[in-house]
Amino acid sequence: MAAPVDTSASQRTAEPAAAEVPAPRRGGTSGRRRLVVVGNGMAGARTLEELLERGGGELFDITVFGDEPYGNYNRIMLSHVLAGEDDESGILLNPREWYSENGIDLRCGVRVTSVDVHAKEVVDASGAVTPYDVLLLATGSSPRIPPMDGVRREDGSLLPGVTGFRGLDDTRAMLADAKAHQRAVVVGGGLLGLEAAYGLRAHGLDVTVVHSAAHLMNQQLDAAGGAVLRGSIEDLGVTVHTGTRTTAVTGAERATGVVLTDGTHVEADMVVLTAGITPNSELALHAGLTVERAIVVDDQMRCVDSGVAEGGGGAPDGVYAVGECVQHRGVVYGLVAPLWEQASVLADVLTGADPTAEYHGSRTCTKLKVAGVDVTSMGLSEPERAGDELVVFSDSARGVYQSVVVREDRLVGATLLGDVRKTPVLQQAFDRQLPLPAERLRLLFDLGDGDGDEAKGAADLPDDSQVCNCNGVTKGDIVSAVEGGCTSVKGVMDATRAGKGCGSCKSLVGQVVELAADGALTEDPSVHWYVPGVPLRKDELVAQIRERRLLSVSAVFEALAPGGEHDAKSTMGLTSLLRTLWADDFVDERGGRFINDRVHANIQRDGTFSVVPQMKGGVTTPAQLRTIADVAEKYDVGMVKVTGGQRIALLGITKEDLPEVWKDLGMPSGYAYGKSTRTVKTCVGTDFCRFGLGDSTQLGIDLETRFQGLETPAKLKLGVVGCPRNCAEAYVKDIGVVAVGSGRWEVYVGGAAGASVRKADLLATVSSPEEVLTLVGRFIQFYRVWGNWLERTYDFVPRLGIERLQKVLLEDSDGLVAQLDAEMEEAVAAYRDPWAEGEEPRTPGQFRTALPLLPLPLVPSRPMGAPGGMQADAHSSSAATPVAAGAPA
Amino acid sequence: MSATTSGGGGVVTAEPAAGVDVGPLEDFAVGEGRAVVVDGRQVAVFRHRDGRLSALDAVCPHAGGPIADGQMDDRVVVCPLHLNVFELSTGRSCSGQRDLARHEAVVEDGRVVVRLAGRWAAPGGPGTRRATRL
Repeated sequence: MAAPVDTSASQRTAEPAAAEVPAPRRGGTSGRRRLVVVGNGMAGARTLEELLERGGGELFDITVFGDEPYGNYNRIMLSHVLAGEDDESGILLNPREWYSENGIDLRCGVRVTSVDVHAKEVVDASGAVTPYDVLLLATGSSPRIPPMDGVRREDGSLLPGVTGFRGLDDTRAMLADAKAHQRAVVVGGGLLGLEAAYGLRAHGLDVTVVHSAAHLMNQQLDAAGGAVLRGSIEDLGVTVHTGTRTTAVTGAERATGVVLTDGTHVEADMVVLTAGITPNSELALHAGLTVERAIVVDDQMRCVDSGVAEGGGGAPDGVYAVGECVQHRGVVYGLVAPLWEQASVLADVLTGADPTAEYHGSRTCTKLKVAGVDVTSMGLSEPERAGDELVVFSDSARGVYQSVVVREDRLVGATLLGDVRKTPVLQQAFDRQLPLPAERLRLLFDLGDGDGDEAKGAADLPDDSQVCNCNGVTKGDIVSAVEGGCTSVKGVMDATRAGKGCGSCKSLVGQVVELAADGALTEDPSVHWYVPGVPLRKDELVAQIRERRLLSVSAVFEALAPGGEHDAKSTMGLTSLLRTLWADDFVDERGGRFINDRVHANIQRDGTFSVVPQMKGGVTTPAQLRTIADVAEKYDVGMVKVTGGQRIALLGITKEDLPEVWKDLGMPSGYAYGKSTRTVKTCVGTDFCRFGLGDSTQLGIDLETRFQGLETPAKLKLGVVGCPRNCAEAYVKDIGVVAVGSGRWEVYVGGAAGASVRKADLLATVSSPEEVLTLVGRFIQFYRVWGNWLERTYDFVPRLGIERLQKVLLEDSDGLVAQLDAEMEEAVAAYRDPWAEGEEPRTPGQFRTALPLLPLPLVPSRPMGAPGGMQADAHSSSAATPVAAGAPA
Repeated sequence: MSATTSGGGGVVTAEPAAGVDVGPLEDFAVGEGRAVVVDGRQVAVFRHRDGRLSALDAVCPHAGGPIADGQMDDRVVVCPLHLNVFELSTGRSCSGQRDLARHEAVVEDGRVVVRLAGRWAAPGGPGTRRATRL
């Protein structure tokens, strides 16, 4: 705004609003400024859309010049039109009516020939002069015509049969040619060239791609990736020449082929030029704007040396440019995504919606649109600086090639070829520059139960995908719960039951909740409590129980729970803890036990129970087997099953039969039901095995004898093997013992082979079975005292760290060892076989059925004689032929 | 006794049903449930620490679990099969299952007497699904 006018502003108090409104500009209707857009491609039209969204229709009289006689269409989709996967109507963005409806003066098929930045006018091919206040150059780019003999006719036009692949007209010409001809050469094996080749191949043409660089898509791929891509492209039936140029186009009236550097003549009826693009910057150059590789713009898309009015409170008039015709911070983009960002910034600036908006460049991601050949590329394809990390996976037989480039713990490049499933997570990491997993391989692969899975899952999962397989909870269910007001992970888990089955999905659930809560995540303090009904961590709770000498579950609730309130969901954990802490002094309130622990059997889906007698180390005798067989027949059990823990389970026993079954068996409980030490799985060891290095069978029996039935925070599975062949899977047990020869034994802790799979950590190597027993006892007691309720060792051990466990248990760093050993001795001494309770029930009706009438739901019994079913008699038919009960054998 | 009892899901009998003697109180352990049969219907009776009794239908509507084998506190019982939770005083589900019918259970002369509510209601209570959270 001119200074002399401003001096009068203070005197015009009668018109206070006048100072607020930008001064009317010359010429426009109703004082609107005049915006002239040169170029009606995706960049120009997108900027107009953004302007209109910000009320630009009220601010500007808009005139648009477009070379092409159409409305605005999606150029990116031309590849699909060529391949016959889409038609022209499907790619139209804004029809001509859209312009008139928005009051835009569209001059279709009118080419602007010059710009006068001083007079602020453009001149078009018809000679008409159009003044502007704001000029936007969105002239895009043209196919680069490589230097080749014979490509142009004398008048400078392309030889018939030679075409670029840029606009709708090009595409129509190629489609017409494809119908009439057989052979095509595509010059340039970049993104566009391969899409053209694929499209023409789809019409049945013989297609040859000639690419001057050493490998295809060399802008996006490294050499190895390019080689894999070449295989996939050749599989489409396309011939590929790399590292060679087309020096000439042959043919007088129409193209008949191309000549390569080595003189080879490739016959062709049509030649498609896709060897790069040239920004259309002549108009700007002749107008005196700064042009290097393209029209130079600043962070507000302003052209340089263009007479832009500076500051002064007025709206920023002048010349701007967006799209493929611009060079921003030295970069010229040939992709669509940067254009969206540029258009948005420019609209902010021009309308004043955000006068300070700036464009800082784009992180581009390229995707090849060739069916069956998936390529995604972002950022660098190879390391550039010392210290850049490169992770590569290549499987050329499958056409898969993947690489990531990492710099200072941020993703600076990724290439996915053949398997692009990781695109969303990588693109997110790339765009937002998120911290990366320390294990870089996780960027490309889902490795078991680690964080990588979940990091991928949370964002990418469709709403209907099941997150918790145990309880059938989908991502959508979790998101709804969050939207319904649950903002803590625990709250959502309570509401949806997600993560409350096997628990292996807990961290994924957490991530989905976090995602859905979008920063509003709260942490329910109860996640740190040992049980939900008493607001204390385990160490605090143990201290209180000891200090106040709380001997029963009721006493704990009354002393420590808010309002002294009992909580059904907390009793089981408290019962377990109190038994661990008090051994003989524990006051047993039977109602505090889970049903399994009340009747010493595992409840089944139909309300019956399983009975699993002790079979130490998986070793049995003919007499024991005979007894079990007799009992199975006497009580007509539904199924006799060898368990995963090397024992025999009798399934389908009613509660009222339990005491009699135990009595008839005359064997101790195998503890197949408790949060306690279970069985010790062993291999054959040294007695018979020709490889055995230590007597694993005997050590297993000794371990099971010593630690039988000990209450633990979660179930405890043990294994002992006589050599590292690991036949009894000791490496994936809560506690695994491995004989390594010379009388030495390795003791492993924290393994798992259930819903989670984890190899155990080596705690120590010791020199005798006695040392194994001592160390295992010490570890179990430490876990009993410090493990959270239902925390398996595969969570407990990593939580504390194996080094810490070694310090505490081996070096006695905390002075706990003597106490742990003594407590374990006391616990072992307090052991009493629970099945003895069958003789004298502890509570009235302990073994009375809870479902007196309807045995619901019925577990289908396997028919007599069928595999797994009971034999009707010794002479019944072959086990392979199921025979219905009651049918003649 | 002539208390009118509202069953789970709001089923109310105009006339209280006749009480059925299901056994001596000492057959019912404190802090536990027991299943009994009343007029051919399975009922889980719970004995609270303060001497109160609660009674619900005995079959969990989720998967047929034995409610009487569940763990209880003053307020709720937890089905042992899949840990679904029901309010003892109303039979309402706290974990999104159908509600359980609730019955009346009292001690009379040292004996436990159960009066069915909603005796003509379908077993398992009215089919209202509810997403109450604990």
